[in-house]
Amino acid sequence: MSATTVDTPQEKRGSGSKSKYVPQDGCLLEVDDLYVEFHTEEGVAKAINGVSFDLSQGETLAILGESGSGKSVTAQAIMGILDMPPAKIPSGQVRYCGRDLLTMDPNERRHTRGPEISMIFQDALSALNPVFPVGWQIAEMFRQHRGMNKSDALERAVGLMERVSIPAARERVKAYPHQFSGGMRQRIMIAMAIALDPAVLIADEPTTALDVTVQAQIMQLLADLQQERQMGLILITHDLGVVADVADRACVMYAGRLVEKSEILDLYAAPAHPYTRGLIDSIPRVDQKGQTLAAIGGLPPNLTRIPPGCPFHPRCYLARDICSGERPELRELVPGRFAACHFSEEVLGA
Amino acid sequence: MPEVILRATDLVKHYPIKAGVLRHTVGHVKAVDGVSFDLHKGETLGIVGESGCGKSTLGRVLMRLEEPTSGSVDFDGVDMFQQSGSAMRRLRRDIQIIFQDPYTSLNPRKTVGDIIGEPFEIHREVVPKGGRKKAVQDLLDVVGLNPEHINRYPHQFSGGQRQRIGIARGIALRPKVLICDEPVSALDVSVQAQVVNLLERLQREMGLAYLFIAHDLSVVRHISDRVGVMYLGKMVELGTEDEVYQRPTHPYTQALLSAVPVPDPTLRGKREQIVLSGDVPSPANPPSGCRFHTRCFKAQDVCSVEEPEFVQRPDGAGGHRSACHFAEVRQIVPTSDIPTREPDEGRGSDGARIGAGAPPEDVPAPGVDERGVIDPTRPAADYQIGHDDVAPEPRDRQS
Repeated sequence: MSATTVDTPQEKRGSGSKSKYVPQDGCLLEVDDLYVEFHTEEGVAKAINGVSFDLSQGETLAILGESGSGKSVTAQAIMGILDMPPAKIPSGQVRYCGRDLLTMDPNERRHTRGPEISMIFQDALSALNPVFPVGWQIAEMFRQHRGMNKSDALERAVGLMERVSIPAARERVKAYPHQFSGGMRQRIMIAMAIALDPAVLIADEPTTALDVTVQAQIMQLLADLQQERQMGLILITHDLGVVADVADRACVMYAGRLVEKSEILDLYAAPAHPYTRGLIDSIPRVDQKGQTLAAIGGLPPNLTRIPPGCPFHPRCYLARDICSGERPELRELVPGRFAACHFSEEVLGA
Repeated sequence: MPEVILRATDLVKHYPIKAGVLRHTVGHVKAVDGVSFDLHKGETLGIVGESGCGKSTLGRVLMRLEEPTSGSVDFDGVDMFQQSGSAMRRLRRDIQIIFQDPYTSLNPRKTVGDIIGEPFEIHREVVPKGGRKKAVQDLLDVVGLNPEHINRYPHQFSGGQRQRIGIARGIALRPKVLICDEPVSALDVSVQAQVVNLLERLQREMGLAYLFIAHDLSVVRHISDRVGVMYLGKMVELGTEDEVYQRPTHPYTQALLSAVPVPDPTLRGKREQIVLSGDVPSPANPPSGCRFHTRCFKAQDVCSVEEPEFVQRPDGAGGHRSACHFAEVRQIVPTSDIPTREPDEGRGSDGARIGAGAPPEDVPAPGVDERGVIDPTRPAADYQIGHDDVAPEPRDRQS
């Protein structure tokens, strides 16, 4: 029955059959100088302007940024689910185990989505199909990619729903998305995303729509799954608290660029970019009292009219003449620490 | 303690559930089910809870946007729900609300001037007709928007700026109480702090009392003097900020606090985590006895039978109100105390007036003036027009 599919049925990663994608030196995914733009009536919105990072096996990489910073677009470009047009990728590479996904044959690429790279979305209610039972939707992964028959696939779906701790999974496999609570829907989406045991999981604001006690449950589940399967996890969020709890490294995005890339402890202990610093200083902390919030003035820029030079300079407390004229490149300050600011040393030393 | 401006007593709001062709009432959603508290002049009372706990309904009932099923609200010596017609209208001058969503709470077909001026249209005695434009422009200035933008429409502003418009409308009649229903949860992190700081400045300047409804425990701690925690239509714990955050006695408060992520990776794995199982039950069919017993890590037989009273319970230092049979202090978040600094007027922590010169975040609509356009020849500081509180300065870092 698998004769018509490109993939052969394979069992769990590491337990027998091999994927044709083998990580090179532990490095799973490399995004290299990626650009994405949207052609709209108002002009060209430059959503991503030269983003580079890599992800290793078992690593959690956080991409931090506010709305419009390009973090979700980055994820969509990696997954290959951008609407093109209006989106366009003028240059850049997304290499998975050394192979460029952007130039890959569309059919071949389709077979990476699910078994190799998969994604969890913010709003589970709109990401799930409202007219199919959840079990059917999870089982679809096995039918499509593994060529299983309906009953076997459904059986696997039940197992996955149990794995993500959905109570009474066998009874609820035929329920529809609207019959579940927000947290349970998110679990279903996680079940679907891990169904084929992907090497890379991208979680785009997985807990933003959830209450704080449910958020804790979901983050715990993601951490357990990652541990269990040694997945590389890209966590996209605006929540500095969540990042501090789970990430190994973090990239901070602003106006479609990485402004800082660093180990998580360094990033919070001494940010090297004024924007990161501003973010950390502007959030109230539940464990502090009498804090003064230092707000960042102004607004994030419109992506059709990104300020010249450093895109952050109109809001920056350190901005000098050079900042509006010359764009600072992302440079390595000390091994493993990157920042795109002319005055990073000053920020660090302050 | 300053005098009480608003006292809610045993407020109840049930929404009927109707079913069948004849629309029989088959049950009730018990959104707010017996909530009592005092709000003092000039203070901020934070109300926290998860979605569905009734905190927004509480705000709407206090505004009398919804009639309560039972209970009373005493506002400055007047029983609010007994007032009718003109007396109620007069009362509304003193109690105003700002909403969560700055996108849907402003009429898209009205200019900012119309929106902020509407309270003056209804309460004509407040500002004489000739002075309204000036009054609106003053309000725009107070909340940090450019007074010249009086003829713009809401879509020409960013989310943070829109929330400032909502705040200007809320304070137009110089109310005594402002109900803030999730005022910052739709905003980006960097903009959220601007609005929080603006609210704090307005409170200092106008002596407003806030009922600050939010789900974000960090923001509530930052802004509140006292805090009430709600669960399924009931208040489960109420006390000063210190009492609730440092000496919580209710297991739900403790679990909530332990679930709040702290932006400090050095604390990873060192914080106490109480992970609650399951979801919040439906308010249409709340559990018997203590409503939290289905998720509680302390629950015993008595909890499902007998509803715990919401009374003063010992917390190791004076005690505060809590509704748990087994109330017991447990410190969840060790708190570092940062000495309060005097608000630095030159600093402009709320980023006021940024809106005047900074490029609008949204795509400009036709007619947006030249101010929004970046001019590379101008020094950066020019983009942050503002007299009193914008010039950013190197910050003195606190650790």
